[in-house]
Amino acid sequence: MKTAKALPVRLWRFYVDGFRQMTWGRTLWIIILLKLAVMFLVLRLFFFQPALAGLNTEEKQETVARNLCP
Amino acid sequence: MLTSLYADQAALLDWSRAQFALTACYHWLFVPLTLGLAVVMGVMETLYVIKKDDFWKHTTQFWQKIFGINFAIGVATGIILEFEFGTNWSNYSWFVGDIFGAPLAIEGIVAFFMEATFIAVMFFGWNKVGKKFHLSATWLTGIGATLSAWWILVANSWMQHPVGMEFNPDTVRNEMMDFFGVAFQSVAVVKFFHSVLSGWMTGGFVTIGISCWYLLKKRENRFALASLRVGAAVAALGTIGVMLTGDASGLDAARLQPMKLAAAEGLEKGGEGAPFSIVPGIEVPKVLSILATHDPDGFVPGIEDIKNGYTLPDGTVVPSADEKIARGKTALSAFKTYRQAKADGDSLLAQTARATLNENLPYFGYGYLEKADDLVPPVPLVYWSFRVMVGFGGALTLILLLVVWFDYKKKISSMRWLQWLGLAAIPMVYLAGQAGWIVAEVGRQPWAIQDLLPVNAAISSLSTSAVITTCCIFLVLFTILLIVELRIMCKAVKKGPDFHNGTKNKKA
Repeated sequence: MKTAKALPVRLWRFYVDGFRQMTWGRTLWIIILLKLAVMFLVLRLFFFQPALAGLNTEEKQETVARNLCP
Repeated sequence: MLTSLYADQAALLDWSRAQFALTACYHWLFVPLTLGLAVVMGVMETLYVIKKDDFWKHTTQFWQKIFGINFAIGVATGIILEFEFGTNWSNYSWFVGDIFGAPLAIEGIVAFFMEATFIAVMFFGWNKVGKKFHLSATWLTGIGATLSAWWILVANSWMQHPVGMEFNPDTVRNEMMDFFGVAFQSVAVVKFFHSVLSGWMTGGFVTIGISCWYLLKKRENRFALASLRVGAAVAALGTIGVMLTGDASGLDAARLQPMKLAAAEGLEKGGEGAPFSIVPGIEVPKVLSILATHDPDGFVPGIEDIKNGYTLPDGTVVPSADEKIARGKTALSAFKTYRQAKADGDSLLAQTARATLNENLPYFGYGYLEKADDLVPPVPLVYWSFRVMVGFGGALTLILLLVVWFDYKKKISSMRWLQWLGLAAIPMVYLAGQAGWIVAEVGRQPWAIQDLLPVNAAISSLSTSAVITTCCIFLVLFTILLIVELRIMCKAVKKGPDFHNGTKNKKA
Protein backbone atom coordinates (compact mmCIF):
# COMPACT_ATOMS: atom_id res chain seq x y z
CA MET A 1 0.00 0.00 0.00
CA LYS A 2 2.85 2.30 0.97
CA THR A 3 4.67 1.53 -2.28
CA ALA A 4 1.52 1.98 -4.31
CA LYS A 5 0.96 5.34 -2.67
CA ALA A 6 4.57 6.32 -3.07
CA LEU A 7 4.67 5.68 -6.81
CA PRO A 8 2.30 8.48 -7.87
CA VAL A 9 4.08 10.83 -5.46
CA ARG A 10 7.47 9.87 -6.85
CA LEU A 11 6.18 10.32 -10.39
CA TRP A 12 4.77 13.73 -9.47
CA ARG A 13 8.09 14.77 -7.88
CA PHE A 14 9.95 13.47 -10.95
CA TYR A 15 8.02 15.76 -13.26
CA VAL A 16 7.96 18.76 -10.88
CA ASP A 17 11.72 18.57 -10.30
CA GLY A 18 12.30 18.09 -14.00
CA PHE A 19 10.31 21.18 -14.93
CA ARG A 20 11.84 23.26 -12.11
CA GLN A 21 15.40 22.43 -13.12
CA MET A 22 14.89 23.22 -16.79
CA THR A 23 17.18 25.85 -18.30
CA TRP A 24 16.87 26.13 -22.12
CA GLY A 25 13.83 23.85 -21.91
CA ARG A 26 11.78 26.74 -20.49
CA THR A 27 12.08 28.68 -23.74
CA LEU A 28 11.01 25.61 -25.68
CA TRP A 29 7.99 25.06 -23.47
CA ILE A 30 6.94 28.70 -23.95
CA ILE A 31 7.18 28.19 -27.72
CA ILE A 32 5.19 24.94 -27.53
CA LEU A 33 2.43 26.53 -25.43
CA LEU A 34 2.24 29.63 -27.65
CA LYS A 35 2.08 27.46 -30.73
CA LEU A 36 -0.65 25.25 -29.30
CA ALA A 37 -2.61 28.32 -28.21
CA VAL A 38 -2.43 29.81 -31.73
CA MET A 39 -3.38 26.47 -33.25
CA PHE A 40 -6.29 25.57 -31.02
CA LEU A 41 -7.57 28.92 -29.74
CA VAL A 42 -7.18 30.93 -32.94
CA LEU A 43 -6.85 28.73 -36.02
CA ARG A 44 -9.14 25.89 -34.92
CA LEU A 45 -11.80 28.12 -33.39
CA PHE A 46 -11.96 30.88 -35.98
CA PHE A 47 -10.59 29.48 -39.22
CA PHE A 48 -10.97 25.71 -39.27
CA GLN A 49 -14.58 24.81 -38.68
CA PRO A 50 -15.14 21.29 -40.03
CA ALA A 51 -17.34 21.66 -43.11
CA LEU A 52 -19.72 18.94 -41.91
CA ALA A 53 -19.90 20.15 -38.29
CA GLY A 54 -23.37 20.33 -36.77
CA LEU A 55 -24.86 17.70 -39.07
CA ASN A 56 -26.00 14.31 -37.88
CA THR A 57 -24.77 11.13 -39.57
CA GLU A 58 -27.60 10.92 -42.10
CA GLU A 59 -27.21 14.59 -43.02
CA LYS A 60 -23.47 14.12 -43.47
CA GLN A 61 -24.08 11.13 -45.75
CA GLU A 62 -26.62 13.09 -47.75
CA THR A 63 -24.40 16.18 -48.04
CA VAL A 64 -21.36 14.23 -49.20
CA ALA A 65 -23.46 12.14 -51.62
CA ARG A 66 -24.84 15.37 -53.08
CA ASN A 67 -21.34 16.87 -53.32
CA LEU A 68 -19.92 13.75 -54.93
CA CYS A 69 -22.81 13.29 -57.31
CA PRO A 70 -24.51 16.64 -57.93
CA MET B 1 -20.94 33.11 -65.50
CA LEU B 2 -20.08 29.42 -65.85
CA THR B 3 -16.49 30.30 -66.72
CA SER B 4 -16.25 32.40 -63.58
CA LEU B 5 -17.61 29.49 -61.52
CA TYR B 6 -15.00 27.11 -62.96
CA ALA B 7 -12.27 29.71 -62.35
CA ASP B 8 -13.38 30.06 -58.72
CA GLN B 9 -13.39 26.28 -58.29
CA ALA B 10 -9.93 26.01 -59.83
CA ALA B 11 -8.61 28.79 -57.58
CA LEU B 12 -10.12 27.13 -54.50
CA LEU B 13 -8.54 23.82 -55.46
CA ASP B 14 -5.14 25.39 -56.15
CA TRP B 15 -5.11 27.31 -52.85
CA SER B 16 -6.30 24.29 -50.86
CA ARG B 17 -3.61 22.14 -52.42
CA ALA B 18 -0.99 24.84 -51.88
CA GLN B 19 -1.98 25.09 -48.23
CA PHE B 20 -1.81 21.33 -47.72
CA ALA B 21 1.53 21.15 -49.53
CA LEU B 22 2.93 24.02 -47.44
CA THR B 23 1.85 22.37 -44.19
CA ALA B 24 3.10 18.92 -45.19
CA CYS B 25 6.47 20.23 -46.45
CA TYR B 26 6.92 22.23 -43.25
CA HIS B 27 6.00 19.22 -41.09
CA TRP B 28 8.51 17.11 -42.98
CA LEU B 29 11.32 19.50 -42.01
CA PHE B 30 11.06 18.26 -38.41
CA VAL B 31 9.99 14.63 -38.67
CA PRO B 32 13.07 13.20 -40.43
CA LEU B 33 15.47 14.90 -38.01
CA THR B 34 13.49 13.51 -35.06
CA LEU B 35 13.65 10.01 -36.54
CA GLY B 36 17.34 10.23 -37.39
CA LEU B 37 18.64 11.99 -34.27
CA ALA B 38 16.76 9.47 -32.13
CA VAL B 39 19.05 6.78 -33.55
CA VAL B 40 22.16 8.97 -33.23
CA MET B 41 21.35 9.65 -29.55
CA GLY B 42 20.51 6.00 -28.93
CA VAL B 43 23.85 4.82 -30.34
CA MET B 44 25.77 7.44 -28.35
CA GLU B 45 24.05 6.61 -25.08
CA THR B 46 24.57 2.89 -25.71
CA LEU B 47 28.29 3.66 -26.05
CA TYR B 48 28.11 5.55 -22.74
CA VAL B 49 26.49 2.60 -20.97
CA ILE B 50 28.92 0.08 -22.49
CA LYS B 51 32.11 2.11 -22.13
CA LYS B 52 31.15 3.85 -18.86
CA ASP B 53 32.88 6.99 -20.19
CA ASP B 54 31.28 10.31 -19.23
CA PHE B 55 32.46 11.77 -22.54
CA TRP B 56 29.67 9.83 -24.26
CA LYS B 57 27.14 10.97 -21.67
CA HIS B 58 27.87 14.66 -22.37
CA THR B 59 27.98 13.97 -26.10
CA THR B 60 24.56 12.31 -25.90
CA GLN B 61 23.21 15.24 -23.87
CA PHE B 62 24.32 17.73 -26.52
CA TRP B 63 22.55 15.85 -29.30
CA GLN B 64 19.51 15.41 -27.07
CA LYS B 65 19.38 19.18 -26.81
CA ILE B 66 19.34 19.49 -30.62
CA PHE B 67 16.68 16.76 -30.72
CA GLY B 68 14.64 18.62 -28.07
CA ILE B 69 14.74 21.93 -29.98
CA ASN B 70 13.67 20.24 -33.20
CA PHE B 71 10.96 18.27 -31.38
CA ALA B 72 9.58 21.34 -29.60
CA ILE B 73 9.23 23.41 -32.76
CA GLY B 74 7.94 20.53 -34.85
CA VAL B 75 5.53 18.97 -32.37
CA ALA B 76 1.86 19.28 -33.33
CA THR B 77 2.57 20.87 -36.73
CA GLY B 78 1.01 17.73 -38.21
CA ILE B 79 -2.25 18.48 -36.39
CA ILE B 80 -2.86 21.32 -38.83
CA LEU B 81 -3.07 18.74 -41.61
CA GLU B 82 -5.93 17.14 -39.70
CA PHE B 83 -7.66 20.53 -39.37
CA GLU B 84 -7.38 20.86 -43.14
CA PHE B 85 -8.89 17.43 -43.73
CA GLY B 86 -12.05 18.45 -41.89
CA THR B 87 -12.34 21.96 -43.32
CA ASN B 88 -10.87 21.94 -46.81
CA TRP B 89 -11.28 18.28 -47.74
CA SER B 90 -14.57 17.30 -46.11
CA ASN B 91 -15.79 15.08 -48.98
CA TYR B 92 -12.53 13.19 -48.85
CA SER B 93 -12.62 12.93 -45.04
CA TRP B 94 -16.09 11.43 -45.04
CA PHE B 95 -15.48 9.20 -48.06
CA VAL B 96 -12.41 7.54 -46.49
CA GLY B 97 -12.81 8.42 -42.82
CA ASP B 98 -13.48 4.85 -41.78
CA ILE B 99 -10.11 3.76 -43.13
CA PHE B 100 -8.03 6.87 -42.75
CA GLY B 101 -9.27 7.54 -39.21
CA ALA B 102 -7.97 4.28 -37.73
CA PRO B 103 -4.26 4.70 -38.52
CA LEU B 104 -4.39 8.40 -37.56
CA ALA B 105 -6.08 7.59 -34.24
CA ILE B 106 -3.53 4.88 -33.46
CA GLU B 107 -0.77 7.31 -34.39
CA GLY B 108 -2.18 9.92 -32.03
CA ILE B 109 -2.37 7.46 -29.14
CA VAL B 110 1.06 5.95 -29.76
CA ALA B 111 2.67 9.32 -30.35
CA PHE B 112 1.12 10.89 -27.29
CA PHE B 113 1.59 8.15 -24.73
CA MET B 114 4.85 6.60 -25.83
CA GLU B 115 6.75 9.71 -26.80
CA ALA B 116 5.35 11.84 -23.97
CA THR B 117 6.25 9.20 -21.39
CA PHE B 118 9.72 8.32 -22.54
CA ILE B 119 10.80 11.74 -23.71
CA ALA B 120 10.20 12.99 -20.15
CA VAL B 121 12.37 10.21 -18.73
CA MET B 122 15.00 10.99 -21.34
CA PHE B 123 15.21 14.70 -20.51
CA PHE B 124 14.42 14.67 -16.79
CA GLY B 125 15.80 11.29 -15.83
CA TRP B 126 19.58 11.80 -15.93
CA ASN B 127 20.85 10.92 -12.40
CA LYS B 128 17.30 10.02 -11.32
CA VAL B 129 16.80 6.67 -12.97
CA GLY B 130 19.29 3.89 -13.62
CA LYS B 131 21.60 4.09 -16.64
CA LYS B 132 19.96 1.17 -18.41
CA PHE B 133 16.47 2.44 -17.72
CA HIS B 134 17.47 5.83 -19.11
CA LEU B 135 19.00 4.17 -22.16
CA SER B 136 15.76 2.22 -22.69
CA ALA B 137 13.79 5.49 -22.48
CA THR B 138 16.03 7.09 -25.12
CA TRP B 139 15.57 4.18 -27.52
CA LEU B 140 11.84 3.95 -26.77
CA THR B 141 11.44 7.66 -27.57
CA GLY B 142 12.86 6.92 -31.01
CA ILE B 143 10.80 3.75 -31.38
CA GLY B 144 7.65 5.74 -30.44
CA ALA B 145 8.41 8.35 -33.10
CA THR B 146 9.07 5.59 -35.64
CA LEU B 147 5.80 3.80 -34.81
CA SER B 148 3.96 7.10 -35.23
CA ALA B 149 5.53 7.44 -38.64
CA TRP B 150 4.34 3.91 -39.48
CA TRP B 151 0.68 4.77 -39.04
CA ILE B 152 0.89 8.05 -40.91
CA LEU B 153 2.64 6.29 -43.77
CA VAL B 154 0.04 3.49 -43.73
CA ALA B 155 -2.62 6.18 -44.24
CA ASN B 156 -0.59 7.82 -47.01
CA SER B 157 0.09 4.46 -48.70
CA TRP B 158 -3.60 3.65 -48.71
CA MET B 159 -4.17 6.83 -50.71
CA GLN B 160 -1.53 5.67 -53.21
CA HIS B 161 -2.94 2.14 -53.36
CA PRO B 162 -6.36 1.71 -51.75
CA VAL B 163 -6.88 -1.88 -50.54
CA GLY B 164 -8.77 -3.76 -47.82
CA MET B 165 -12.00 -1.77 -48.09
CA GLU B 166 -15.48 -1.92 -49.58
CA PHE B 167 -17.50 1.07 -50.77
CA ASN B 168 -20.88 1.37 -49.08
CA PRO B 169 -23.17 3.62 -51.18
CA ASP B 170 -25.63 3.90 -48.27
CA THR B 171 -23.11 5.52 -45.92
CA VAL B 172 -21.07 7.03 -48.80
CA ARG B 173 -17.99 5.63 -47.12
CA ASN B 174 -15.24 3.19 -47.90
CA GLU B 175 -15.43 0.78 -45.00
CA MET B 176 -12.46 -1.18 -43.72
CA MET B 177 -12.73 -4.91 -44.39
CA ASP B 178 -9.13 -5.97 -43.81
CA PHE B 179 -7.13 -4.00 -41.25
CA PHE B 180 -3.96 -6.03 -41.75
CA GLY B 181 -4.34 -5.72 -45.51
CA VAL B 182 -4.31 -1.93 -45.07
CA ALA B 183 -1.54 -1.86 -42.45
CA PHE B 184 0.88 -4.28 -44.07
CA GLN B 185 0.33 -3.90 -47.81
CA SER B 186 3.58 -3.76 -49.79
CA VAL B 187 3.27 -0.04 -50.58
CA ALA B 188 2.98 0.76 -46.85
CA VAL B 189 5.95 -1.41 -45.91
CA VAL B 190 8.17 0.01 -48.63
CA LYS B 191 7.09 3.60 -47.97
CA PHE B 192 7.66 3.18 -44.23
CA PHE B 193 11.23 1.95 -44.62
CA HIS B 194 12.00 4.44 -47.40
CA SER B 195 10.73 7.40 -45.37
CA VAL B 196 12.13 6.35 -41.98
CA LEU B 197 15.52 5.50 -43.44
CA SER B 198 15.57 8.85 -45.23
CA GLY B 199 15.07 10.24 -41.70
CA TRP B 200 18.16 8.32 -40.59
CA MET B 201 20.00 9.95 -43.50
CA THR B 202 18.80 13.36 -42.31
CA GLY B 203 19.83 12.70 -38.70
CA GLY B 204 23.17 11.29 -39.80
CA PHE B 205 24.04 14.10 -42.21
CA VAL B 206 22.92 16.83 -39.79
CA THR B 207 25.24 15.24 -37.20
CA ILE B 208 28.05 15.12 -39.77
CA GLY B 209 27.36 18.73 -40.81
CA ILE B 210 27.37 20.16 -37.29
CA SER B 211 30.46 18.11 -36.41
CA CYS B 212 32.20 19.52 -39.50
CA TRP B 213 31.27 23.02 -38.34
CA TYR B 214 33.16 22.38 -35.07
CA LEU B 215 36.12 21.08 -37.06
CA LEU B 216 36.06 24.20 -39.25
CA LYS B 217 36.00 26.34 -36.11
CA LYS B 218 38.76 24.16 -34.61
CA ARG B 219 36.63 23.54 -31.54
CA GLU B 220 35.61 20.44 -29.60
CA ASN B 221 37.83 18.23 -31.76
CA ARG B 222 37.29 14.94 -29.92
CA PHE B 223 33.55 15.52 -29.61
CA ALA B 224 33.26 16.51 -33.28
CA LEU B 225 35.16 13.47 -34.55
CA ALA B 226 33.27 11.07 -32.30
CA SER B 227 29.91 12.57 -33.30
CA LEU B 228 30.93 12.56 -36.95
CA ARG B 229 31.64 8.81 -36.78
CA VAL B 230 28.28 8.00 -35.20
CA GLY B 231 26.55 10.33 -37.69
CA ALA B 232 28.37 8.66 -40.59
CA ALA B 233 27.36 5.18 -39.39
CA VAL B 234 23.68 6.19 -39.12
CA ALA B 235 23.83 8.05 -42.45
CA ALA B 236 25.43 5.00 -44.11
CA LEU B 237 22.69 2.66 -42.87
CA GLY B 238 20.07 5.19 -43.96
CA THR B 239 21.62 5.70 -47.39
CA ILE B 240 21.91 1.98 -48.16
CA GLY B 241 18.36 1.41 -46.92
CA VAL B 242 16.98 4.32 -48.95
CA MET B 243 18.62 2.96 -52.11
CA LEU B 244 17.20 -0.53 -51.59
CA THR B 245 13.71 0.68 -50.70
CA GLY B 246 13.87 3.26 -53.49
CA ASP B 247 14.30 0.36 -55.89
CA ALA B 248 11.26 -1.40 -54.38
CA SER B 249 9.35 1.88 -54.53
CA GLY B 250 10.11 2.14 -58.27
CA LEU B 251 8.73 -1.37 -58.81
CA ASP B 252 5.56 -0.44 -56.89
CA ALA B 253 5.12 2.76 -58.91
CA ALA B 254 5.55 0.90 -62.20
CA ARG B 255 2.97 -1.69 -61.16
CA LEU B 256 0.40 0.52 -59.41
CA GLN B 257 0.99 4.14 -60.48
CA PRO B 258 2.49 3.98 -63.98
CA MET B 259 1.56 7.60 -64.71
CA LYS B 260 3.67 8.77 -61.76
CA LEU B 261 6.67 6.85 -63.10
CA ALA B 262 6.11 8.13 -66.64
CA ALA B 263 5.88 11.72 -65.35
CA ALA B 264 9.01 11.30 -63.20
CA GLU B 265 10.83 10.21 -66.35
CA GLY B 266 9.12 12.59 -68.75
CA LEU B 267 8.41 9.45 -70.81
CA GLU B 268 5.87 10.36 -73.49
CA LYS B 269 5.99 7.11 -75.44
CA GLY B 270 7.02 3.96 -73.60
CA GLY B 271 7.88 0.46 -74.74
CA GLU B 272 10.27 -2.40 -74.09
CA GLY B 273 13.85 -1.54 -73.10
CA ALA B 274 12.83 1.96 -71.98
CA PRO B 275 15.72 4.41 -71.44
CA PHE B 276 16.38 6.39 -68.24
CA SER B 277 16.58 10.15 -68.72
CA ILE B 278 19.44 11.76 -66.78
CA VAL B 279 18.49 15.24 -68.02
CA PRO B 280 16.49 16.12 -71.13
CA GLY B 281 18.43 14.85 -74.17
CA ILE B 282 20.75 12.53 -72.25
CA GLU B 283 19.43 8.99 -71.82
CA VAL B 284 20.85 5.68 -70.69
CA PRO B 285 19.34 2.81 -72.72
CA LYS B 286 17.24 0.18 -70.95
CA VAL B 287 17.87 1.52 -67.45
CA LEU B 288 14.27 2.62 -66.84
CA SER B 289 13.08 -0.88 -67.76
CA ILE B 290 15.60 -2.35 -65.30
CA LEU B 291 14.43 0.03 -62.54
CA ALA B 292 10.73 -0.51 -63.26
CA THR B 293 10.67 -4.24 -63.96
CA HIS B 294 14.17 -5.61 -63.13
CA ASP B 295 14.33 -6.69 -66.76
CA PRO B 296 16.36 -4.73 -69.37
CA ASP B 297 13.67 -5.47 -71.95
CA GLY B 298 10.72 -4.96 -69.61
CA PHE B 299 7.75 -2.92 -70.83
CA VAL B 300 7.22 0.55 -69.35
CA PRO B 301 4.19 2.56 -70.53
CA GLY B 302 4.64 6.24 -71.33
CA ILE B 303 2.17 9.09 -70.80
CA GLU B 304 0.64 8.66 -74.27
CA ASP B 305 0.32 4.88 -73.79
CA ILE B 306 -1.56 5.41 -70.54
CA LYS B 307 -3.85 7.95 -72.19
CA ASN B 308 -4.52 5.76 -75.22
CA GLY B 309 -4.52 2.35 -73.53
CA TYR B 310 -1.95 -0.44 -73.90
CA THR B 311 -1.43 -4.17 -73.64
CA LEU B 312 0.96 -5.60 -71.06
CA PRO B 313 3.39 -8.39 -72.06
CA ASP B 314 1.18 -10.92 -70.22
CA GLY B 315 -1.73 -9.96 -72.50
CA THR B 316 -3.59 -7.81 -69.98
CA VAL B 317 -5.33 -4.93 -71.73
CA VAL B 318 -5.22 -1.64 -69.86
CA PRO B 319 -8.15 0.54 -71.04
CA SER B 320 -7.64 3.99 -72.48
CA ALA B 321 -8.28 7.09 -70.38
CA ASP B 322 -11.44 7.81 -72.37
CA GLU B 323 -12.80 4.35 -71.62
CA LYS B 324 -11.97 4.69 -67.93
CA ILE B 325 -13.64 8.10 -67.83
CA ALA B 326 -16.76 6.65 -69.48
CA ARG B 327 -16.88 3.79 -66.97
CA GLY B 328 -16.32 6.26 -64.14
CA LYS B 329 -19.28 8.33 -65.31
CA THR B 330 -21.36 5.14 -65.46
CA ALA B 331 -20.35 4.40 -61.85
CA LEU B 332 -21.30 7.92 -60.71
CA SER B 333 -24.62 7.74 -62.52
CA ALA B 334 -25.35 4.33 -60.97
CA PHE B 335 -24.44 5.70 -57.54
CA LYS B 336 -26.89 8.58 -57.98
CA THR B 337 -29.60 6.25 -59.29
CA TYR B 338 -29.03 3.84 -56.40
CA ARG B 339 -29.49 6.56 -53.78
CA GLN B 340 -32.56 7.97 -55.50
CA ALA B 341 -34.08 4.48 -55.87
CA LYS B 342 -33.44 3.76 -52.17
CA ALA B 343 -35.10 7.05 -51.22
CA ASP B 344 -38.08 6.19 -53.45
CA GLY B 345 -38.28 2.65 -52.07
CA ASP B 346 -37.66 1.12 -55.52
CA SER B 347 -35.63 -1.91 -54.45
CA LEU B 348 -35.42 -3.48 -57.91
CA LEU B 349 -33.92 -0.37 -59.48
CA ALA B 350 -31.62 0.01 -56.47
CA GLN B 351 -30.38 -3.55 -56.95
CA THR B 352 -29.67 -3.02 -60.65
CA ALA B 353 -27.96 0.31 -60.00
CA ARG B 354 -25.82 -1.24 -57.27
CA ALA B 355 -24.71 -4.02 -59.60
CA THR B 356 -23.72 -1.44 -62.22
CA LEU B 357 -21.91 0.60 -59.57
CA ASN B 358 -19.95 -2.42 -58.30
CA GLU B 359 -19.03 -3.41 -61.85
CA ASN B 360 -17.56 0.03 -62.57
CA LEU B 361 -16.32 0.87 -59.07
CA PRO B 362 -12.58 0.53 -59.88
CA TYR B 363 -13.09 3.53 -62.21
CA PHE B 364 -15.27 5.58 -59.84
CA GLY B 365 -12.86 8.52 -59.62
CA TYR B 366 -12.42 8.76 -63.39
CA GLY B 367 -16.03 9.94 -63.58
CA TYR B 368 -14.91 13.34 -62.27
CA LEU B 369 -12.43 13.84 -65.11
CA GLU B 370 -13.36 15.37 -68.43
CA LYS B 371 -10.52 14.42 -70.73
CA ALA B 372 -7.47 12.18 -70.92
CA ASP B 373 -5.10 15.08 -70.23
CA ASP B 374 -6.68 15.49 -66.78
CA LEU B 375 -4.84 12.29 -65.82
CA VAL B 376 -1.40 13.79 -66.40
CA PRO B 377 0.34 15.37 -63.39
CA PRO B 378 2.56 18.48 -63.81
CA VAL B 379 5.38 16.68 -65.62
CA PRO B 380 8.20 19.28 -65.31
CA LEU B 381 7.76 19.57 -61.53
CA VAL B 382 7.75 15.79 -61.01
CA TYR B 383 10.58 15.23 -63.50
CA TRP B 384 12.93 17.80 -61.94
CA SER B 385 12.01 16.92 -58.36
CA PHE B 386 13.01 13.34 -59.08
CA ARG B 387 16.36 14.56 -60.39
CA VAL B 388 16.89 16.81 -57.35
CA MET B 389 16.16 13.84 -55.07
CA VAL B 390 18.42 11.41 -56.91
CA GLY B 391 21.08 14.04 -57.64
CA PHE B 392 21.43 15.16 -54.04
CA GLY B 393 21.17 11.52 -52.92
CA GLY B 394 24.17 10.71 -55.13
CA ALA B 395 26.10 13.76 -53.92
CA LEU B 396 25.40 12.83 -50.29
CA THR B 397 26.62 9.28 -50.90
CA LEU B 398 29.85 10.68 -52.33
CA ILE B 399 30.30 13.06 -49.37
CA LEU B 400 29.69 10.16 -46.99
CA LEU B 401 32.30 8.00 -48.71
CA LEU B 402 34.83 10.86 -48.60
CA VAL B 403 34.10 11.54 -44.93
CA VAL B 404 34.47 7.87 -43.98
CA TRP B 405 37.63 7.41 -46.05
CA PHE B 406 39.45 10.51 -44.84
CA ASP B 407 38.36 9.91 -41.26
CA TYR B 408 39.77 6.37 -41.54
CA LYS B 409 43.01 7.96 -42.85
CA LYS B 410 42.88 10.38 -39.86
CA LYS B 411 43.08 13.37 -42.20
CA ILE B 412 39.64 14.88 -41.88
CA SER B 413 40.59 17.33 -39.09
CA SER B 414 42.83 19.23 -41.51
CA MET B 415 40.71 18.97 -44.67
CA ARG B 416 38.73 22.19 -44.72
CA TRP B 417 37.16 21.58 -48.14
CA LEU B 418 35.71 18.30 -46.89
CA GLN B 419 34.49 19.98 -43.72
CA TRP B 420 32.68 22.55 -45.88
CA LEU B 421 31.21 19.72 -47.94
CA GLY B 422 30.03 18.02 -44.74
CA LEU B 423 28.34 21.25 -43.68
CA ALA B 424 26.74 21.60 -47.13
CA ALA B 425 25.26 18.12 -46.68
CA ILE B 426 22.68 19.61 -44.27
CA PRO B 427 20.68 21.60 -46.85
CA MET B 428 21.26 18.86 -49.43
CA VAL B 429 19.63 16.14 -47.31
CA TYR B 430 16.62 18.36 -46.63
CA LEU B 431 16.22 19.26 -50.30
CA ALA B 432 16.44 15.59 -51.29
CA GLY B 433 13.74 14.66 -48.74
CA GLN B 434 11.39 17.45 -49.79
CA ALA B 435 11.90 16.63 -53.47
CA GLY B 436 11.11 12.98 -52.74
CA TRP B 437 7.75 13.92 -51.27
CA ILE B 438 7.01 16.20 -54.23
CA VAL B 439 7.61 13.23 -56.56
CA ALA B 440 5.36 11.00 -54.42
CA GLU B 441 2.51 13.47 -54.00
CA VAL B 442 2.53 15.69 -57.10
CA GLY B 443 3.31 12.60 -59.20
CA ARG B 444 0.00 10.99 -58.23
CA GLN B 445 -2.14 13.96 -59.22
CA PRO B 446 -5.01 14.31 -60.00
CA TRP B 447 -5.75 11.72 -57.33
CA ALA B 448 -6.49 12.29 -53.67
CA ILE B 449 -7.09 8.53 -53.61
CA GLN B 450 -5.70 6.64 -56.56
CA ASP B 451 -8.48 5.91 -59.11
CA LEU B 452 -11.23 6.51 -56.52
CA LEU B 453 -11.32 10.22 -55.82
CA PRO B 454 -9.58 13.08 -57.60
CA VAL B 455 -8.75 16.25 -55.68
CA ASN B 456 -11.46 18.26 -57.47
CA ALA B 457 -14.12 15.94 -55.94
CA ALA B 458 -12.42 15.66 -52.55
CA ILE B 459 -12.58 19.37 -51.81
CA SER B 460 -15.15 21.21 -49.64
CA SER B 461 -17.28 24.09 -50.87
CA LEU B 462 -15.47 27.01 -49.25
CA SER B 463 -14.79 30.56 -50.25
CA THR B 464 -11.38 30.88 -51.87
CA SER B 465 -10.62 33.97 -49.80
CA ALA B 466 -10.99 31.94 -46.57
CA VAL B 467 -8.38 29.46 -47.78
CA ILE B 468 -6.07 32.25 -48.96
CA THR B 469 -6.35 33.88 -45.51
CA THR B 470 -5.44 30.70 -43.61
CA CYS B 471 -2.70 29.94 -46.09
CA CYS B 472 -1.14 33.36 -45.44
CA ILE B 473 -1.51 32.92 -41.68
CA PHE B 474 0.30 29.59 -41.91
CA LEU B 475 3.03 31.05 -44.03
CA VAL B 476 3.68 33.79 -41.46
CA LEU B 477 3.36 31.45 -38.44
CA PHE B 478 5.55 28.73 -39.92
CA THR B 479 8.19 31.19 -41.09
CA ILE B 480 8.39 32.69 -37.60
CA LEU B 481 8.62 29.24 -36.01
CA LEU B 482 11.32 28.18 -38.47
CA ILE B 483 13.37 31.31 -37.80
CA VAL B 484 12.97 30.77 -34.04
CA GLU B 485 14.08 27.15 -34.36
CA LEU B 486 17.10 27.99 -36.46
CA ARG B 487 18.11 30.74 -34.03
CA ILE B 488 17.77 28.52 -30.96
CA MET B 489 19.53 25.65 -32.68
CA CYS B 490 22.39 27.84 -33.92
CA LYS B 491 22.74 29.25 -30.40
CA ALA B 492 22.88 25.73 -28.93
CA VAL B 493 25.46 24.65 -31.52
CA LYS B 494 27.57 27.77 -30.93
CA LYS B 495 27.50 27.13 -27.18
CA GLY B 496 28.57 23.56 -27.81
CA PRO B 497 28.57 20.53 -25.54
CA ASP B 498 28.99 21.02 -21.82
CA PHE B 499 31.74 18.76 -20.55
CA HIS B 500 32.31 20.56 -17.26
CA ASN B 501 28.91 21.30 -15.82
CA GLY B 502 26.92 18.67 -17.60
CA THR B 503 24.67 16.58 -15.45
CA LYS B 504 24.39 17.99 -11.98
CA ASN B 505 22.87 21.35 -12.78
CA LYS B 506 21.71 21.23 -16.35
CA LYS B 507 18.80 18.92 -16.82
CA ALA B 508 16.93 20.13 -19.86
